[in-house]
Amino acid sequence: MSVLAPPLPVRRSRKLARWAPYAVLAGSAAFSAGLLALLTTVTIAGLFALTAVSYAVAITTLSRVVEGPRWAKDRLATALVTLAFLLALIPLVSLLAIVVGDGLGGFSWDFLSTDMVGVFGSMTSGGALHAIIGTVYVTGIASLVSIPLGIFTAIYLVEYGQGRLKRGITLLVDVMTGIPSIVAGLFAYTVFLVLFGPAYKSALIGGVALAVLMTPVVIRSVEEMLRLVPNELREASYALGVPKWLTVVKVVLRTSVAGITTGVMIAIARVIGETAPLLMTVGIAQNVNWDAFDGRIATLPVFVYRQYAQGGVAADRAWAGALTLIIIVMLLNLIARLVSRYFAPKGAR
Amino acid sequence: MSKRIDISDLNVYYGDFLAVEGVHMSIEPRSVTALIGPSGCGKSTFLRTLNRMHEVIPGARVTGKAVMDGQDLYAPDIDPVEVRRQVGMVFQRPNPFPTMSIADNVLAGVKLNNRRISKAAADELVERSLTGANLWNEVKDRLEKPGSSLSGGQQQRLCIARAIAVQPQVLLMDEPCSALDPISTLAIEELVHELKNDYTIVIVTHNMQQAARVSDRTGFFNIEGTGKPGRLIEMDDTTTMFSSPAQQATEDYISGRFG
Amino acid sequence: MENHVTATQNAEPKPGRSGASSAADTTSTAGAAALPRTGSSGRLGNRIFAGLSTGSGVLILVILAAVAAFLLYRAWPALTAGADTFAEVDFMSGRGLWAWVAPLVFGTVLSSVLALVVAVPLSIGIALFISHYAPRRLAQLLGYVIDLLAAIPSVIFGLWGIQWLMPLVSPVFTWLSTRLGFIPLFAGYQAPARNIMTAGLVLAVMILPIITATIREVFLQTPRLHEEASLALGATRWEMIRQAVLPFGRSGIISAAMLGLGRALGETMAVLMVLSPGYAINLFLLQPGQHQSIAANIASHLPEAGSTGVDALIASGLILFAVTFGVNLIARWVINRRAEFSGAN
Repeated sequence: MSVLAPPLPVRRSRKLARWAPYAVLAGSAAFSAGLLALLTTVTIAGLFALTAVSYAVAITTLSRVVEGPRWAKDRLATALVTLAFLLALIPLVSLLAIVVGDGLGGFSWDFLSTDMVGVFGSMTSGGALHAIIGTVYVTGIASLVSIPLGIFTAIYLVEYGQGRLKRGITLLVDVMTGIPSIVAGLFAYTVFLVLFGPAYKSALIGGVALAVLMTPVVIRSVEEMLRLVPNELREASYALGVPKWLTVVKVVLRTSVAGITTGVMIAIARVIGETAPLLMTVGIAQNVNWDAFDGRIATLPVFVYRQYAQGGVAADRAWAGALTLIIIVMLLNLIARLVSRYFAPKGAR
Repeated sequence: MSKRIDISDLNVYYGDFLAVEGVHMSIEPRSVTALIGPSGCGKSTFLRTLNRMHEVIPGARVTGKAVMDGQDLYAPDIDPVEVRRQVGMVFQRPNPFPTMSIADNVLAGVKLNNRRISKAAADELVERSLTGANLWNEVKDRLEKPGSSLSGGQQQRLCIARAIAVQPQVLLMDEPCSALDPISTLAIEELVHELKNDYTIVIVTHNMQQAARVSDRTGFFNIEGTGKPGRLIEMDDTTTMFSSPAQQATEDYISGRFG
Repeated sequence: MENHVTATQNAEPKPGRSGASSAADTTSTAGAAALPRTGSSGRLGNRIFAGLSTGSGVLILVILAAVAAFLLYRAWPALTAGADTFAEVDFMSGRGLWAWVAPLVFGTVLSSVLALVVAVPLSIGIALFISHYAPRRLAQLLGYVIDLLAAIPSVIFGLWGIQWLMPLVSPVFTWLSTRLGFIPLFAGYQAPARNIMTAGLVLAVMILPIITATIREVFLQTPRLHEEASLALGATRWEMIRQAVLPFGRSGIISAAMLGLGRALGETMAVLMVLSPGYAINLFLLQPGQHQSIAANIASHLPEAGSTGVDALIASGLILFAVTFGVNLIARWVINRRAEFSGAN
C-alpha cells in the first residue's frame, strides 16, 4: 500500500491509504441511509447522527486492525474533533436558513417603510419602519457615548496608564464585558427611575443601557489595535520633536484607524441586537417617535419579540423583522472585515 | 548648524538599577563619533539620553550634565520635545510611517507638528532632504508611493532624510546598519561621510570595521558583568583607538578577544 | 578600569570633503536658535490629552461603581424588608424575598450548568479543529464563521430555539422519557419541549463562540517546541495534543468555561422565549413549568410591577450582578495569572 503522501511525523509499519477515510465515510453514509430507510424514515438529522456514529466506529475498528491501537485512537480523535466543528456549524446554518426561509415572505419595501399605526387583528399590512428608526436612535445614543469614551480609555491604557490604576481599569473592563445585558438594562432603568420618576420613558434610557454594554467592547478592541502599532513608530515620531499627544493622534491613531473602525463596527453589531435591556426600558410603540428624549420608542429586536409573542399573522412580521436584523448585523460585520482588510497600512502588521 | 555636546558625570538609571555610570565625553561638531562595545554595555542607552529619548522608557532617568553649546539639555525648564527637534535620531530598524507616502514621510516632522508649509516650500524641503540622504534620484518619480514600498536600505535613508528635514544640530544613529545588507550598509556609510560636513553625528555600532571606516573619534563602552553598570572605558581619535589603545580591555575587544 | 578617559582636548574638526558638500548646507539658516525655555506648543496639548484619557479611564470605574450603587440603593428596602412586605406583589405569590429568589438562582445556575456541559467539550473540539487540524489558510476563516454565531441577536436565537430546535429534540426527549423515565432526570416529558434542557441547549449554542475563541487563543500559544518534541518522540497527533496542548491549555479551558458561565448566567431572551416558567427547585430536566432564571424573570415582570415588586426584581438583579461579577473576576484572574506565568505573550 504505497501512496504518495506528505511526510508523516512518524513512520508506521502499515497504514491506511489516503482515500480510505473518505471511502469509509461514504460507506457509513450509505449504511446509515439504508438502515434508516428499513427501520423508520430518513431525516437529515437522523442521517447525520447515524453517519457520524458509524463512521467513528468503522474508521477506528479498521485502523485498529491495520495500523494498531495508537493510530486507531488518533483516527478516533480526528473524527471527533471534526465532528465537533461540524456540529457547531449546524446551528449557524439552520438559523440562517429558517430566518431567510420564514422571513422572506413578509420582507418587502412596504415592510421597511411603514409603521404599525392602524394595524389590528389579522391585518397583514404594517411594518418595522418605526422600529428601525428607534434602533438607529438607541444605538446612535449608545455609540455617541461609548465610542469616544472607549477610545480615550484605550489610549489611557496603552499610552499613559501606569501601575495600579491601569491594572485596575484593565481588570474591571474585562469584568465589565461580562455584565449581563439585563443588569445593564436594570441599571439604566433604576437611574432614570431615581432621577426622573417612573413615568419617564425615552430612547435615552435604552441608549444608556446599551452604552454600558458597548463601552467595554470598544475599549478592548481599540486597545488591541493600539498595541499592534509598533513602538518604533512612536519613537520615530518623538525623535522628530513631535509632542506625545500629537504622536498619539497623528501616528498611533492614524496607523490603527482601520482596525479601530472594524472594532467599533463590530461593537455596534454586538449591541444592535440587544433585546432584554430595551424590552424593560424603552418598551414598544406603534408609530415613529422622532423625539429621542421623550416617549416610548420601538426597536427592532423588541418589535421581533412582541410580534412573535402576539402570534398569528404577526409572527410573519416577526420573521421579517428578524431577517432585517440579521441583514443589518451581517452587513456591519462584513463591512467591518472589509475595512480591516483593505485599509490596514501595509507595513504595520 | 552643528553643535558640540559636553557630557559630564552622567549616570543613567532604570528605576533603581544603575545602567550607565559616570560618563564624561565631549562630542565635537562636524565630526563622527562612534560608540562601540559589547552588547548590553549601555551604549544605546547612553545615546538615547542625548536627545532625552530615554524618557520614553518608563522608569528611566538621568543624573549629570549634557551641555549643548552652553545649554544644559536636562535643565528643568527645557522641553524634551524641543531637545529632540535639535538632536535627531535614526534607529536600528528602518521605521518609515506606514500610512504616509515617501514625500509625507520626509515632511513628517513638519506635518505631525501641525505646522503649515506652502506647497513650494514643501517640495523644496523634500528634494533637499532626499538629496541630502542620497535618495532623491532613486525615488523622485514615485514620491507618492508608500514609504514601506522601498527596500530596507532605501527605507533607512528615507528615515535619515526625515530626520534631517527637521534641520537638527546633531544626528544620533543607533546601529543604523544592523538590519541592512552589505550594499545598503555601504550606501549609509558613504552618506554618513557626507553628512558630517553639516551635522554632529554620533553613531552606535557593533561593527568595529564600520567604526574604523566612518568615525573620527571612537568611544569604547564596557561592562564588568551582568548587574554592573556600563562605563565609558576609553575615548580617543579613531586611528589611535584602533592602533594603540591605552586600555587593555579596549585592545582585547578590538582584537576580537571578547564581545 | 576605574579611570574615565575624558576626551576634552579640542581635536580639530576634520575638513569636510568639499566636493561632496551636500544641499543640506543651505538649510543652515533656520533652527540655530537656542532651545526655547518655556511652554512650547506641545505642553498644553499634552496636558489636555492626558487628562482626557485618564479621565475616561477613571470614568469607567465610576460607571461600574454607579451600576452597583444604583442597584443597591433601590434593592436595599427589599433586601431588608420582612416577608409580609411582599404580600401584595402578585408574581411573588406571598413568598418572602429569599424564598422567592432561591428557586430563581437555582434555575439560573441549572440552565447555565447544562449549557456548559454541552458547550465546553464541543468548544474544545472546535478549538482543536481550528488550531491543530484545519489547514492553516482555512483556520482564520473558520474562526470568523464561529464568531458569526456571536453576532446573532439573542432574540433570533430564541426564535430559532422555538421553531427549529424544539421540534428536533422533541422525539429525542420522548424517547428518553419513555425508556429512561425511571431516572428522575428524564421523567415526565411533555411536548412541546419548553423545558430547562432545551433552554440549556440554546444557551450552549450562544456561549459556544466566546468559549471557543478563548480556548483557541490558548491552544495557539502552545510552545511549538513542546509540540515538536512530542512529535519527534514518535507521538501521533492525538498523543501530541494529550501531552503538549491540553496540559498547557488546562487553565485556559477553565477560565474560558468561567467566561461562558458568566454569559449563560445573564442571558435573558433564550430562556424567556423557550422556557415555560415555574418556581420549583428540582432536577426534572424535561418537565415544563419547573424552573425560571433571574434574568428572564426580571424581563417578564418588570414592565407591570408595582413599586415594591420593582424593588424585589432589582434585588434579584443585584444578586445576578454580584454572581456574574464574581465569576468573571475569577475567570480573568486565572487568565491573567496564567499569562504572567506561561511567558507566552
